[in-house]
Amino acid sequence: MRRGRRRILVGCCTALAILALWTIATVFTSLISAGRFPSPPQVWGAARQIATDGYADGTLLQHALRSLRLVIMGFLFAVAIGAPLGILMGASRRFEAFITPVFSIIRPIPPLAWIPLAILWLGLGDAAKIMVIFFAAFVPSVINSHSGVRAIEAHLLEASQVLGARGFTHVREVLVPGAMPMIFTGLRLSLQASWTTLVAAELVGALAGLGRVLNVAQQDIYPAMILVAMAAVAVLGWGTTRLLDMIESRAMRWLPVKP
Amino acid sequence: MRARPAAGPSNVEILVLGVAGLAVFFGLWAALSGFGLVPPRFLPSPAAVAQRMFFLLDHPFASATLPLHVLSSLGRYALGFLLAAAIGVPLGLFMGWYGLLDDIVSPVFNALRFIAPIAWVPFAALWFGTGIGGPIMVIFTGAFPPCLINAYRGARFVDVKFLEAAQTLGASNLRIILEVLLPASIPSIVSGLRVGAGLGWQSLVGAELIVAASGVGYMMVQGQSAVSTPTVLSGMIAIGMVGYCVDLVLREVEALTRRRRGVV
Repeated sequence: MRRGRRRILVGCCTALAILALWTIATVFTSLISAGRFPSPPQVWGAARQIATDGYADGTLLQHALRSLRLVIMGFLFAVAIGAPLGILMGASRRFEAFITPVFSIIRPIPPLAWIPLAILWLGLGDAAKIMVIFFAAFVPSVINSHSGVRAIEAHLLEASQVLGARGFTHVREVLVPGAMPMIFTGLRLSLQASWTTLVAAELVGALAGLGRVLNVAQQDIYPAMILVAMAAVAVLGWGTTRLLDMIESRAMRWLPVKP
Repeated sequence: MRARPAAGPSNVEILVLGVAGLAVFFGLWAALSGFGLVPPRFLPSPAAVAQRMFFLLDHPFASATLPLHVLSSLGRYALGFLLAAAIGVPLGLFMGWYGLLDDIVSPVFNALRFIAPIAWVPFAALWFGTGIGGPIMVIFTGAFPPCLINAYRGARFVDVKFLEAAQTLGASNLRIILEVLLPASIPSIVSGLRVGAGLGWQSLVGAELIVAASGVGYMMVQGQSAVSTPTVLSGMIAIGMVGYCVDLVLREVEALTRRRRGVV
């Protein structure tokens, strides 16, 4: 208990110390030049500027909502195809044998490497972003759903068989709930990959979105705005992860207290 | 669908099904481009991609041949990854031993972790330029967190009785870290290095797409501007193959350390 309290205290002190050092290094002395790292007032100014007047053709809210919408669309699309594919691969050895070689060709290609191809195929618009996010989120969803089904204990599968569960009933009542914890692990990895990929795709070329803000700020050599955009990406990434955690605890209500 | 039968498909059946899967994949690809359903500008045939890849082996594109681009990527990657390991692993071990350091670093680290590594690209370019420093910083930000977290977890889960024994025998803090915590956390550290290597490779690709004047990622961007889809696909294949080989090596190292420990 005391350790917990000390942790919080030290954490607050660290935050204050960093803020103080940052202010001293940028405002009072010029240890760090303004062209390399912004001072707290500059960051505040940039945040107000993008929140009210807008920057790179939109306000912070518009850019953030656009990025958020793309991540959610690409993520849902990938999960809707990836998770059933993984479950099917886990359920049927034959299907697994059929898919695995093709999947192992696609799997080692990093999601970011799809970006140039996506731009060639679909241009700089939303469709290209969704395609890239799809590939980023697809692979972890498949892998984890697959190993989730494989991790179901044999006696559960046998019981289901003995009790006559067949086809869709077997999938819905046994495989999906059994694989659920692993599926959610995969979803969390997919979500992280989605954000990373979207930011990269928007940095390479986009008409709007937080990555575009980063890109424009970099070209304008406007460090304060870079920091604001990075913070916005972090907050959205954190928020969507929390949302997924909440969905997870609702989806698996039958689980007793986590082991 | 039947529930898993007692006896699965035979090895021959698995092989046949696998070949069939590949045949469907490449057949579909060849058919889409061969019958003109998709213009070859968008999807060149598998043969055209293979031809292009062999061509790039000894003909320069974007001012270097494919092997030279791969080497330039690998050089950056090795530096960024080694830097991440050289800072992350010791810091993780020290955090596992000194509670105060843990309390100071953990909140900062947890706050920074939600920033996607790629979002560091603008600062990396601003601080270290687009030559070698910028991409290295991006690789570092990708590979660093798993190196640190796994060293930390490894150090935290060392059996207390070893630590107490070492302390009773009068070992200094540094000796405890080097001779108790480090060896005990090797399996965890190696797993962290493997995860970090994968993330670092991904970040490298991203960094090269945005800020670099050489490397496979740069070659792909140039291929994209020149609307040379075979070049882009060749780059993707090269990146996939190198990443796969790096992972294969580290997986072997991981298995080796686990076997030595008797942890399977």
